[in-house]
Amino acid sequence: MTGMQNLRRRPLGGRRLLDALFRLASLIALLTALAGMLWIVGTVIRRGADAVNWNFLTAASGPLADSGIGNAILGSVLITLVAALIALPPALAGGCYLAEFGRRGRVAETIRFSANVLMGMPSVLVGLFVYALLVKPMGCSSGLAGSVALAIIMFPVVLRTTEDMLRMVPDSLREAGLALGLTRTRVTLGVIFRAARSGLVTGILLALARVSGETAPLLFTAQWSDNWPQDFCSGPTANLPVLITEYTTNSPYEEIQQAGWGAALVIMAAVLALNIGCRLLLRERHHER
Amino acid sequence: MLNCDRIFKLTALAGALLILMLTAGFFLQLGVSSFPVWQRYGLGFLCSTAWDPVAQEYGALPAIVGTLITTALAVGLALPPAFVTALYLLDAPPWARGVLSQGVDLLAAIPSVIYGMWGLFVLVPLLQRGVNALGFEEFTGFGYLSAGVILALMILPYMCAVFRDVFRMTPSMLREAAFGCGCTRWEAAWDIVMRYGIRGIMGGVFIGLGRALGETMAVLFVIGNLNAMPDSLFSAGTTIAATLANNFAEADDQMQSVLFALGLLLLAMSFAVQAISLTYLKRTGKRRGEV
Amino acid sequence: MNAEPTHPIKIAVRHLNFFYGPHHQALFDNNLELETGLVTAVIGPSGCGKSTHLRVYNRIFELYREQRAEGEVLLDGVNLLDPAVDVLELRRRIGMIFQKPTPFPMSVFDNIAYPLKLHFKLSRSELADRVEQALRGASLWDEVKNQLGKSGLALSGGQQQRLCIARTIAAEPEVLLMDEPTSAVDPVATRKIEDLIAELRGRFTVVIVTHNMQQAARISDRTAFFYEGRIVEYGPTERIFTNPTNPRTEAYITGRFS
Repeated sequence: MTGMQNLRRRPLGGRRLLDALFRLASLIALLTALAGMLWIVGTVIRRGADAVNWNFLTAASGPLADSGIGNAILGSVLITLVAALIALPPALAGGCYLAEFGRRGRVAETIRFSANVLMGMPSVLVGLFVYALLVKPMGCSSGLAGSVALAIIMFPVVLRTTEDMLRMVPDSLREAGLALGLTRTRVTLGVIFRAARSGLVTGILLALARVSGETAPLLFTAQWSDNWPQDFCSGPTANLPVLITEYTTNSPYEEIQQAGWGAALVIMAAVLALNIGCRLLLRERHHER
Repeated sequence: MLNCDRIFKLTALAGALLILMLTAGFFLQLGVSSFPVWQRYGLGFLCSTAWDPVAQEYGALPAIVGTLITTALAVGLALPPAFVTALYLLDAPPWARGVLSQGVDLLAAIPSVIYGMWGLFVLVPLLQRGVNALGFEEFTGFGYLSAGVILALMILPYMCAVFRDVFRMTPSMLREAAFGCGCTRWEAAWDIVMRYGIRGIMGGVFIGLGRALGETMAVLFVIGNLNAMPDSLFSAGTTIAATLANNFAEADDQMQSVLFALGLLLLAMSFAVQAISLTYLKRTGKRRGEV
Repeated sequence: MNAEPTHPIKIAVRHLNFFYGPHHQALFDNNLELETGLVTAVIGPSGCGKSTHLRVYNRIFELYREQRAEGEVLLDGVNLLDPAVDVLELRRRIGMIFQKPTPFPMSVFDNIAYPLKLHFKLSRSELADRVEQALRGASLWDEVKNQLGKSGLALSGGQQQRLCIARTIAAEPEVLLMDEPTSAVDPVATRKIEDLIAELRGRFTVVIVTHNMQQAARISDRTAFFYEGRIVEYGPTERIFTNPTNPRTEAYITGRFS
């Protein structure tokens, strides 16, 4: 046996120094990142809070001093909900196919790949697609077109969430159901979906939160108006993200910009509330188990 | 009874196939709508720098270059802090881990238009003052640099969240083994944990890349929207997504087909990122005997 | 109760108490003297603190903030729990093998070279020599000499564990801690690892935690029996297994409880 005594040791000092530098750098990076993020959130809250009051939330937008963003809030809610109505049935069905019938195989792999591609697709392209598909043939932009655009964004997200949630249900439950003589349909709809219910609801809500802030796909589809959304299917429909864009980029007036911050605060609060709500919901379920 | 199962399976399959049709539909629609452009300019469209709506001359190069610059800048700026923040989360005291971890997820959920707005009103003036003080007097605050910084802030929480999950899945025994060999924290993180999770890390980088590539609103507000080749990081420019958002509403037919062509390019780029990432994961997975 | 040591003392544990949190004490007043070059087995029912005890020696427990050790562990007379002791150097001198194989995600060669490069300045040829020596020392050289570039993760479970042993002995430690090293491998691999431990005897001071009493009897010179965080009995393995003084020890080794 040869001892190590004759070998040159690497001094510990250098290694320790590198480690200390790394720790320092990671703390600085963490604080910087955190500060940047808090800065963004803080700015929105500070500037937006001045704009938000009851009238601001309920009045329609317009050039007058007592105008608000009520029509845009309602429009956004409508567009998002209709998007969910369009996207959910095929997304749930497709996720069910991947989880129950197509775990492996070429078709399933291709579908998964497509879903990933769609999920990573720049949302502005969805706007272009729906413009060519709906807006141009119909001759006008509409809230419905916006809903379709958001539905296309939601679709792959909900599909993959559904697949994941259904897969988390243990196979023993499937076998137990089938052993009772239930059909595959009854087992899936009655047993598996019920077992995965809370995960599904959370996944869907998170997808809703995600699309409700999407702006680019609405720019050419829902566009923008000062009216209440009465011609949802046949005319430009007010919505928060495009309102923010308009107010931010096209107006030199201080009051309008402030209204933009107010709208940003409303949408940020809504999205964060949805996210936090989902997390609490999920956590409660975990504790129950 | 079996019949009912059949119908159920077919319905489910139809839902799944819709996704294939949509994906194919995107390529098809953008391809068809941009056909006049390819007919008129051919592949020269890709390397032309022209942008003259009056003379109806268009080229894609400035937008492509702008997209690549801002994306590279964003990933370059966001990667190191995302990485070390995620590592910090691994070792942090439990309360800090909980708060920061949830915070990262929440930040990832903030709509991009808000990042853009903040960029326009806060970051742009700030960068202008800072850069001007450094001696680049002509910098207006709008340009590649601002876009890169805003994109970096936007993708940072995404990447950080992915990295955090990757590090969390490293077996604690492997980390202990690294420390048991006499590694410092840095050595254990860089040499062992990162190597172990390299596939997940690359996955996170690809996600960030894909988001930065196609992000519209955050870029639109701060890049200056100038269809020209860049002189420096401080010059105003554009990206494909920003060009689309900026011009589509008022475009005539000719310009619309140009924008569809740009859209097709963006789609191809984002598709390429996805495909490369997937192939990478499959290959390395096989080599490591995981798949 | 303890027999007189026949070899110089390598590690002396004095009044060691260990806490997993403010209200959870896992070790109570442990006292133990490990003799240089011998194999000491640590046995006891699961949850009795044998792994915990081992994890104090190389201060690996310090990775977890809530965990705390009190008392003294003297390595060649120096208290290694003293914050002034350099933990990196300590962990080179006291190597550890874990319950499951923990090959690093790199090639077989690099797995061994990595800790060497951490601690020593070596030329390329010296490094290659050392790696070969370590692999030979772990009886793995003949099996892997033609695939040194292959990923360490691609070896079989038993080979991985011997790779980890080779990795640990490459840095020429003085003490080897083994925390149930055969619990995750098949009987054939277990046999090989046991043979290996017999070869390492004399070169290193080995402490091995095991739940397998036959294994303890086969490979160790000394045996310590742990029960509920206390060291109930410690002495020459032969005596412990043939003539235990404590009724608990007797009950355990005769299989009346586990």
